[in-house]
Amino acid sequence: MAYKNFALVCAGTGCHSTDGQEIYDNLIASAEKHGVSGDVQVVKTGCFGFCEQGPIVKVLPEESFYVKVKASDAEEIIAEHIVKGRAVDRLLYKEPGSKTAGKIEDMGFYQKQLRIVLRNCGLINPENIEEYIAREGYQALGKVLTEMSREDVINELKTSALRGRGGAGFPTWMKWNFTKQIDGVDKKFVVCNADEGDPGAYMDRSTLEGDPHSVMEAMAIAAYTIGATQGYIYIRAEYPLAIERLEIAMKQAREFGLLGDNILGTDFSFDIEIRLGAGAFVCGEETALLASIEGERGIPRPRPPFPAVKGLWGRPTLINNVETFANIPMIILKGGAWFASIGTADSKGTKVFALTGKINNSGLIEVPMGTTLREIIYDIGGGIPNGKKFKAVQSGGPSGGMLTAEHLDTPIDYAGLQALGSMMGSGGLIVMDEDDCIVDVVRFYLEFAVDESCGKCSPCRIGGRKLLNIVERMTAGTATEKDLENIEEISDAMKKASLCGLGQTTPNPTLSLIRYFKDEMLAHVHDSSCPAGKCKDLVKYTIDAEKCIGCTLCARRCPVPCISGGKREAHVIDQDACIKCGECYTACKFDAVKKG
Amino acid sequence: MADEKLLPMSEGLVAFITEWKKKPGNLIMVLHKVQEEYGYIASEVAIEVSRMLEVPLAKIYGVATFYHLFTLKKPGKNKIAVCMGTACYLKGAQDLLDELDTILDCKAGEKTADDMFSITGVRCIGCCGLAPVLTINGKVYGNVKTDQLADLLAPFQNAK
Repeated sequence: MAYKNFALVCAGTGCHSTDGQEIYDNLIASAEKHGVSGDVQVVKTGCFGFCEQGPIVKVLPEESFYVKVKASDAEEIIAEHIVKGRAVDRLLYKEPGSKTAGKIEDMGFYQKQLRIVLRNCGLINPENIEEYIAREGYQALGKVLTEMSREDVINELKTSALRGRGGAGFPTWMKWNFTKQIDGVDKKFVVCNADEGDPGAYMDRSTLEGDPHSVMEAMAIAAYTIGATQGYIYIRAEYPLAIERLEIAMKQAREFGLLGDNILGTDFSFDIEIRLGAGAFVCGEETALLASIEGERGIPRPRPPFPAVKGLWGRPTLINNVETFANIPMIILKGGAWFASIGTADSKGTKVFALTGKINNSGLIEVPMGTTLREIIYDIGGGIPNGKKFKAVQSGGPSGGMLTAEHLDTPIDYAGLQALGSMMGSGGLIVMDEDDCIVDVVRFYLEFAVDESCGKCSPCRIGGRKLLNIVERMTAGTATEKDLENIEEISDAMKKASLCGLGQTTPNPTLSLIRYFKDEMLAHVHDSSCPAGKCKDLVKYTIDAEKCIGCTLCARRCPVPCISGGKREAHVIDQDACIKCGECYTACKFDAVKKG
Repeated sequence: MADEKLLPMSEGLVAFITEWKKKPGNLIMVLHKVQEEYGYIASEVAIEVSRMLEVPLAKIYGVATFYHLFTLKKPGKNKIAVCMGTACYLKGAQDLLDELDTILDCKAGEKTADDMFSITGVRCIGCCGLAPVLTINGKVYGNVKTDQLADLLAPFQNAK
């Protein structure tokens, strides 16, 4: 049956959890009602990336990009677009300031993106292996098994210069080669790290939800190369949709002979099992992750021995992150040289980022390495909402650092970010505007790191708590000069002496604060004031008698109430009674309530 | 809690544990299943799991208390989870928790006196485009404002 149209419904967690499933059901029901079920195929796909505008429905071949679709809109899309061939204009995405809808490839959000990892996300139905196969799926595995030696695979990876996308950026080919070289063992393992614990990042989840087979195919290629027969995907239990799609994908792959014994008729056998995390950030660290797969408390152990030598149950184990794996099939098919032609001297290929926070176009993006922050934030991200000023962006989550307005034109790659005291991390980019207090954000990250420290080594366990205490004193206005001196010393000890990456990187946000936002920090310490007006203990609301016209709105909104003053008289806030909720500040239409 | 009958375990759970007993590193998977079934890890169930898997009870508690997702306390009838990921935090997740405390007199990590609600602050649930986000019994509510909370909770409060 030849379909005339395809309606692609985003079924990533963001869209799916709002209305996605209902939209999908309604589209099918409406198509039946109008007798056009044979003309339009309704497909559930992975994330389109443009989460800000979700739920999204894309209709092909016209490439109509319908945004903020409601379940009740499905009928109109079928009746107008499919039956009459007229796009539903009111739902079409229009660039800010434009009244007409443009082509998808001209949209600011997509124009500067290059999709390798996300090549199939938002295009194929992740629950149907045939769609993946139709998009060159499992061809790379076939090529490896029939045409390439294990050394050929390593060489191709070496040419590609792919580096681990989980954060540290270790050359992938070296990791594979180490594990491959270990001989004389009964078993080796391939592990996919899908324990995406960085708060505000969802690259790996979206990849697994939108294109699970690409990761499984890469794991099979890895297993062949290093000589493993068993793989594990360690995934957060908080990602039920990704787990479900992986389970479906694994079942289908077994039916197609792409997992299990004698894959593609060769003597290579490999299977994958899913293991669930249980909410421990430290399990993103590879040795802690292995402990967790073994059913133990997720506590890291000293390296060496590295997992490549002694990993899961003491056997050589290759661990790569989801995004690293998702790159592999394309590198095998198109060649390492092709991959190496993208990006910068230091970092090849693309990087997926979850762009969130105070940004117009929140979403999932993939850009070539070397793209500047300005391009990401303003061209793709559409800038800061409500005309606010850009203040900082945090990359690398609780382990990373801030970048400020002066870094907007820095090309993003591993070395560049590290030089600025930040790190690539797994790909969370959190944008902050002038209303955000950096001291408060650092406190948030430290609280997270302290909560997530496994407690095994004292630099991390004690140092993190000490740093948190200092920053908490800053937000309360009671920090001293001595505290500032101590930060450097504690941070230095943590970086040098912590057992794993968690403790070594916990001081990074605090060091960023000192490096780039010293004035803001000193205002907290010396003047007990919070310039952004976020730290509740330091904020004081006052009413400007000149500007107040006595409309009484603030007094009526005040929950305490602590605002006095009659009609058409200037109002006054009783500072002792004020609970600093900010209701008066939000309510005032005359800019008379001051915060500071 | 004493009047509740937790044992014997359901046939499904027994079958699951028997199946996983054969595989190495099964404890976390088994605890997930136990929690899925009961909503928490009760002491009598933990003892039974220890017996079935032939694993010391101390190890079961060691693992269960290490991971945030496992809870030893019975949750409320309706489970509210407020996302405390960075994007949600920047967009006011803490205000949501404060407002929930005002409405329900219940803080994160606690349960209301009538057992109707339990509130947790959870790690990123990955819907950052919808920040701030909370879930009630697994259903996701995005772009939540503090003044919408009372209306959001009403249907659950009435359905006693």
